[in-house]
Formats: sequence, C-alpha cells, structure tokens
Amino acid sequence: MPQSIETFYEVMRRQGITRRSFLKYCSLTAAALGLGPAFAPRIAHAMETKERTPVIWVHGLECTCCSESFIRSAHPLVKDVVLSMISLDYDDTLMAAAGHHAEAALEETIQKYKGKYILAVEGNPPLNEDGMFCIVGGKPFLDQLKHAAKDAAAVIAWGSCASWGCVQAARPNPTQAVPIHKVITDKPIIKVPGCPPIAEVMTGVITYMLTFGRLPELDRQGRPKMFYSQRIHDKCYRRPHFDAGQFVEHWDDESARKGYCLYKVGCKGPTTYNACSTVRWNEGTSFPIQAGHGCIGCSEDGFWDKGSFYDRLTNIPQFGIEKNADEIGMAVAGGVGAAVAAHAAVSAIKRAQHKGDQE
Amino acid sequence: METIKQRKQTAVYVYEAPLRLWHWVTVFSIITLCITGYFIGSPLPTMPGEASDHFLMGYIRFAHFTAGYIVAVGFLGRIYWAFVGNSHARELFLVPIFSGKWWKEVGHEIRWYLFLEKTPKKYIGHNPLGQLSMFCFFVVGITFMIITGFALYAEGLGRGSWADTLFGWVVPLMGQSQDLHTWHHLGMWYLIIFVMMHVYVAIREDIMSRQSLISTMIGGWRMFKDDKPD
Repeated sequence: MPQSIETFYEVMRRQGITRRSFLKYCSLTAAALGLGPAFAPRIAHAMETKERTPVIWVHGLECTCCSESFIRSAHPLVKDVVLSMISLDYDDTLMAAAGHHAEAALEETIQKYKGKYILAVEGNPPLNEDGMFCIVGGKPFLDQLKHAAKDAAAVIAWGSCASWGCVQAARPNPTQAVPIHKVITDKPIIKVPGCPPIAEVMTGVITYMLTFGRLPELDRQGRPKMFYSQRIHDKCYRRPHFDAGQFVEHWDDESARKGYCLYKVGCKGPTTYNACSTVRWNEGTSFPIQAGHGCIGCSEDGFWDKGSFYDRLTNIPQFGIEKNADEIGMAVAGGVGAAVAAHAAVSAIKRAQHKGDQE
Repeated sequence: METIKQRKQTAVYVYEAPLRLWHWVTVFSIITLCITGYFIGSPLPTMPGEASDHFLMGYIRFAHFTAGYIVAVGFLGRIYWAFVGNSHARELFLVPIFSGKWWKEVGHEIRWYLFLEKTPKKYIGHNPLGQLSMFCFFVVGITFMIITGFALYAEGLGRGSWADTLFGWVVPLMGQSQDLHTWHHLGMWYLIIFVMMHVYVAIREDIMSRQSLISTMIGGWRMFKDDKPD
C-alpha cells in the first residue's frame, strides 16, 4: 500500500488540469476567502507541497441538502478539485463502495490517520431510545459519530442540522435530535450553518483549512468569521429601500413588482448571519431575496420555531396561543391600564368619603 | 363653629438639580425610544417614489439610537450621582431588603394602596413600596434595555466594534438575533407598564399622600402637608 498520499497538485495534474487552470483556481480561491492577491502563490505552494487531508464525511438525521449544495460548488469546482483536494475516504452517499466495504473503509481511515483526519458531519444524532432513530451500518449513528470523532483532528458541522439541530430538533423534537456539539465536547468544531450552506462557503472553509493548516477564525458561536460576520440585511441590494421606508406590504402589490424591501412580509435578513447577499447561489446567480421571497433565516439557531416565515415579529410560544411581543405587551398594558382606572376610581370615592368625615 | 385648620407646610430639599435634569431627559428619551422602537418593529406605510428621495427608516433608527445613547450615558451619570449626590440619590440602587422595619413599612404601604389604612406615612424620599418597584421596574428594566439595545446596535456596527466586544455575548445568550429582538421588544412593554404605574402613582400620591411628589421632581423641594408625626 502506498503510504505517502499524493499532493493536491499531483492529483489535479493527474486529472488533466493544466498548470494555468491550477493557478487560476488558486487566485479565485484566494478571492473567495477574502484574501489579497499575495495569497494566491501561497495557496499554490501549499497545494503543491501538502499531502491531501483525509476526510470522513458521516451522515446522521439529515436530508442530504448539504451534500447536494456541496457538489454544486463553482469556485472551486467540486467535480475536479474538491473531491481530489481532500481525500474523501468515507462518505456513504458519494462513495462507490457500499455495505461492509464502506464500513471497512471508515475503520481503515480512522486507524491509519489517527489524529490527522477531518471529520465532516452532515445531520445530527437523535438521543432518544439510545439513538435508535438513526441507524447506520446496523448501529446507532450516535455511536458512529462518537467513534469517528474520537481520533479526529477537527470536526466540521455541515449545515443547520449539525450546527443547531434544524427541523428534526424543532418542537416537539420527538427523537431528541441534538446538534453535534452536545455529543462531541473535546474537539474543535467549525459550524457551517445553513439549510443548506452555500456551496462556495463549504468548499471555502475546507480550502482554508488545507491551505493554512489551521481552523479558520471562528466567532462566538463557532462559525467562520469570513462567511458569517455579517447579516444578509447588511449587504442586501434591497437595503436602500429599507432605509427609505419602502416596503412590500403584500405579495401582489406594486412594491413587490418594484423590488422593495421584504422586511414587512417577514424577511429574516436583519437577524440572519450568512453570506447569501454577497456570495449568492448557483455560481452567483441569485439568492432568495433577489428572487422576491424574504430570507427565512435558515442559518440561524432554531429558525423553525420562530413562528411564521412571513411575520416580522416573532411568535412567543410560551403563551399557549402563539402571540408576538406587541400582542402580549398590549394585553398586559391594557390590564394595567384597567387596574389603574379602577384604583383611581376607588381612590376618588374614598377621598370624597374621607373629606366628608373631616368636615 | 369652624376651627381654623393648621396646615403649616415644612419643606426639605430632596432632589438635586442634576438628578432632576436626568429624570426629565430620561422621560423624553424613553418616549422617543418607545415610539421609534415600535415603528422599527412595525414600519409605517411604504413611501412612494424613488428610494433616493427618502430616508424615513434611516431617520427613525437614527432617533432611536441617539435616544438610546442618551439614556445609557444618562444612566451611567445617574449611577455616578448615587455616589456623589445626597443620600436620596442612592435610594434607587440600594434597597434595604435586609431590614425588617423596612419590609413592615412595605406592608403598610401595600395596605394603604388596598384602602386598608386610613393614613399613609410621611417620607422624605421614596416610600418603601415605591423604592422597591422603582428598583424592580426601572433599574432592572432600563439596565436590560441598555444591554440588549447595545447588543442589537453591535450587530450593525459589526464584529470587533466596541459594542460587539462589550455586548456581543448577549446574542448567543438569548438564542439568536431574532430572540434578542423579541426580548428587547418585550422590554419596551415592561417599561411602558412601569411608566403607566409610575405616572398614576405619582399623581395619586401628590393628591392623597401627606407630601408633594410631582412638584418635587421639578423644583427639588419636598413639601409636607401637615405637622403631625410620621
């Protein structure tokens, strides 16, 4: 068995990619990562000299939308580059092997590259009934995840499932699905939330880790700062309409046709950290707001449980019948107002009586 | 025969000028914050014409942020005044919850509000019930609003800004940005309820208690309506 792994460059050349295309890819990647032109040669150098990093990609409770997004990355192109850049040794949806062969490949990678491989997790583990709600290779996914995480160098949480819990963890969460950081507590976890995350963000994170040999800088919630530092709203091309006070009130009104701000019809852009308004989707073609629909906040924690996608104010489910802050506040203020009026009336009567006593 | 009532008024200087100024600046700022804040959550009807001709949401948000800064700086000044001002300036922050006598007087004041006591007690500063509710509603409420408010403001200023460094931790604490918005919104109603009770009680006490209230926050002097002991 060949012990030394090919470098990225060797793999790319073997796949028929010219040096010119390779250098172009390096500068595009530098740009995608928000790095200066000086970094393109560094990326090229890293790819020429570094061995490919083994990656184990496991799937828990999920819909595979992260994989679907990932394989559509344009810069870098997944087909030619990413699947070669990384040594994707185990990914049950993408790999040719199946059954016992697939599980053997997983074991082999874990044993061979102890402490060196990256564990990419798509989906999340359910804890209820000892993890029986998600079985992989005859065993609970929970066990596979813990087993694979034990010797990983770092863990990537793909998508909102692995990062926050997403739809299977939405109320009432019958399977007790939890984000992976509740199960893996001793490894650095990079959260790449989104339902799915943007393809270029996914490949960008991997490229960064391979190029610099370290984790990208993370924010307080563990997301890479370079893609999750700003809200959709901060860079939205409809933002001037927001500042001007020009809003879509109904889906079929004149404002909707003119492309005004979708704030009033529930756009979650102002509360959602993601790169959609800058990177966009499908090779930069469009993103939800550009298509005329508000952001649903899919990269935010618990976005399924914040009421309608079409309301500006969030419903607060603790009050039985779902109410928003204004409805609750007005009801309480009304109650206090009525109490004040009643108290004032009794006070006035008492005072009148008291006056009578004195005189 | 009618006896001539003796109503000699004695007066004590309670609220010093900076404290009174702070009170009224905060009043107008909170009114501004509630109105603009409401319209940030539920904006006015859409503006006609070109986006470049208007800046309505921009102005509303500017007014909100400015008033927020004034409240926050004012509140810091108020805390400073608790140290350097007279003893009444400390009542807002130092609630004597370990004093049995004080709790007894809270009970007395509650009975007075339930019409179970015929005469209220005399107080130079806040009555104990007033002091307790000022702390629970105003001090707690405004602190919550300043912290959540600047955490929201930090989202606009961006990562690494001073507001993000100081208050950015509040966002994950509340869940996510949307939850933080909701809590800040509920906080507004908490303060509105405080204002309703505060204004009502001030007017009622001004009429029915044995000392002045509203004029005291304007001129600083507490007038007593009788010479009887407490």
